[in-house]
Amino acid sequence: MFLPLLPAERLRISGGAPPELPYALVENVRGGIRLAAVDARALALGIVPGLTLADARARVPELATIAHDTAADAALLDWLADACDRYSPSVANDPPQGLVLDITGCAHPYGNEAGLLDDLARRLQRHGLTARLACAATPDGALALARYGGGHIRALPVAALRVDEETHLSLRRAGLKTIGDVAARPRPPLAARFGAILPTLLAQLLGEVDIRIVPRRRLPAVAVEARFAEPVARTDYVLDVIDRLVGEAADELGKRGNGGRRFEVALFRSDGHVARLRVATGAPARDPAILARLFRERIDALADPLDPGFGYDLVRLAVPVIEPMAIPQLQLDGGAVTDSELAALIDRLSTRLGRNRVRRLHAGDSHIPEQAALELAIGEAGPPVPWLACEPGEPPLRPLHLFDPPQRIEVMAEVPDGPPRRFRWRRIQHDVTRHEGPERIAAEWWRRSDGKGLTRDYYRVEDARGRRFWLFRHGLYGTEKANPDWYLHGLFA
Amino acid sequence: MSRSAASLTALRAKLLTLGPCAAVSGTLVQTGSPIVDARLGGGLARAALHELFADDGDYAGAAAGFALMLGLRARAGKPIIWVREDKGERGSGRLYGPGLVELGVDPADMFLVTGRDAAMVLRAGADSVGCGAVGAVVIETWGNAPALNLTASRLLALAAARSGVLTLVLRLGADPVPSAAATRWRIKAAPSSALVMAPAASAPGKPAFDINLLRHRGGIAGFEARVEWDRDRRSFSDAAGPGAALPGGVPAIAAGRTVADIGRRAA
Repeated sequence: MFLPLLPAERLRISGGAPPELPYALVENVRGGIRLAAVDARALALGIVPGLTLADARARVPELATIAHDTAADAALLDWLADACDRYSPSVANDPPQGLVLDITGCAHPYGNEAGLLDDLARRLQRHGLTARLACAATPDGALALARYGGGHIRALPVAALRVDEETHLSLRRAGLKTIGDVAARPRPPLAARFGAILPTLLAQLLGEVDIRIVPRRRLPAVAVEARFAEPVARTDYVLDVIDRLVGEAADELGKRGNGGRRFEVALFRSDGHVARLRVATGAPARDPAILARLFRERIDALADPLDPGFGYDLVRLAVPVIEPMAIPQLQLDGGAVTDSELAALIDRLSTRLGRNRVRRLHAGDSHIPEQAALELAIGEAGPPVPWLACEPGEPPLRPLHLFDPPQRIEVMAEVPDGPPRRFRWRRIQHDVTRHEGPERIAAEWWRRSDGKGLTRDYYRVEDARGRRFWLFRHGLYGTEKANPDWYLHGLFA
Repeated sequence: MSRSAASLTALRAKLLTLGPCAAVSGTLVQTGSPIVDARLGGGLARAALHELFADDGDYAGAAAGFALMLGLRARAGKPIIWVREDKGERGSGRLYGPGLVELGVDPADMFLVTGRDAAMVLRAGADSVGCGAVGAVVIETWGNAPALNLTASRLLALAAARSGVLTLVLRLGADPVPSAAATRWRIKAAPSSALVMAPAASAPGKPAFDINLLRHRGGIAGFEARVEWDRDRRSFSDAAGPGAALPGGVPAIAAGRTVADIGRRAA
């Protein structure tokens, strides 16, 4: 699919285009203002992209100009690619103005390939987009046909090879005007003269090698969908359909002996908008009741509720990530049931609150206190480091809570390296009655480019009212820092 | 007049047996401290809601530690779920794995859940309490959370009674309000006792707490006690020192008043 007038038509859709005049989108190229794209009217007047603005104005004085916005064009192309997911799960962008769909085995809901193209053309037309569609055996071939028109690849100009400017020029100078001309030549001399890439590009274009597009989304392992003859606008009915799809997907997963880790429902609105609901589970799951409940939680947690607009005409449930899952065996004491109950709770919480709001602690491989513990979302594996065991009989040497970053405090302590006597934190004075330290923790100088870093002297202190704190002096007095700062790093129980 | 008062008292007593506190007579979580357990008549009810109050900032660490230790004693091999607000992280920092290990908790047995506000925290907490596969749930709120009203606490208490999960609501910087909690405590840090080893005699010792029972739904009189946490035994023990538990020393709430008090609150 090639969209020759995408930037200009984007402006018209968004209402930023002048209604009457021909217009062009301009950008600064190498110190001059040039036209990046033009609309159909300007094109009919002989204005083509690449002209300088001065030349264009000389030909058409009333030409309106608007700044070119490549980011918005890319966003529209992405949106289109999302909407094209309805035809095939395998869609790739060909920026700036092309899309490739791998419709192998996807055409049957529309009768045949021509039916699919008709449907796509009708939808694009409804959006006011001009598109040239073409089918070919390879993605490169299809793009070239869509871009340059014509019925056969061999009749296309050599520009369809997408070689660089210099090679293109030398091909034309050699009298090779069409793909057919180039293809008729023996390949080794071509490679010797125009570079080794040329035969490869040629083979791709002619379908001599079988290449696949790299889809924007990973192809799901399991996908089930429901199509409606008429758009459905009732959310309740859509929820029922999701439940039914979940049941079908669960059957499919059950047959394969797998469970899904991620699930995604895509709701295709008839006007092209696609709403996606994603659910992740901590362990492979295929229980339809649990999954249906997770999707309902997800819909409840949406910041803005689902807007059916003119209705959905396609709902697809995809399971992108699957893992082997054995049939759970019930233990006599109900052990397996308890595990799955906990897993269901954790999945429900992470679906409703967000994945990184439900976490577990993992030991970090560092002696720097704030890096010795990691909080990771459920399902993420930490480094295989055990927690440091503690000596029997010792009081806790590490605090229960850690401030990140440490909090700056004012401390009265003996110089050069005496323990803190009194400190002020959050406007409250604390008199230290008991202390232990220093525990000296050096910076990770071997990881730093300058090989330095301030040493920290940690003290466990207790104040007159029994509150226990973890303080440190940042830098050795005199040698590392003239007047080291003090920080409060944690609270003991 | 006196007859109606007597029947009122009888009705209230009957109400008490109908409410969620009927489960108070279920399994108990022993603290391990002989004095405290004796005063509580064996320990804290497992399938119930308990409120722990503390001044924020000042005693947040101590109260969180006490809650964690109670959860550890109650968990019976099941995980502990800790639900807190985002502002808790600003107030007292994040829960620190090595520090949990130092108190005898395996961080692998903990799930940390954070919520944007008190309502989100309470909903996640209620879900966790309702799950029987959980050992203990700690719900940490900061300030006078209006979302945690009598209705919310009753829902939590009912869920706890059904699932048998020890539910601890940690209320930092809040004033006690009527609630359906089985017990209500005020937690403070206490000066620790000196270590035995001579060179470290001035070092802070084992975690020590001054705990004050403010209210008990079963009518047990309030008391104060000082307890210490022994990591190696995973148990509380009585701590010596000034302010240690004096039998009958602090009549916080008279026994006769408690029933009436509960009746009024439950009404």
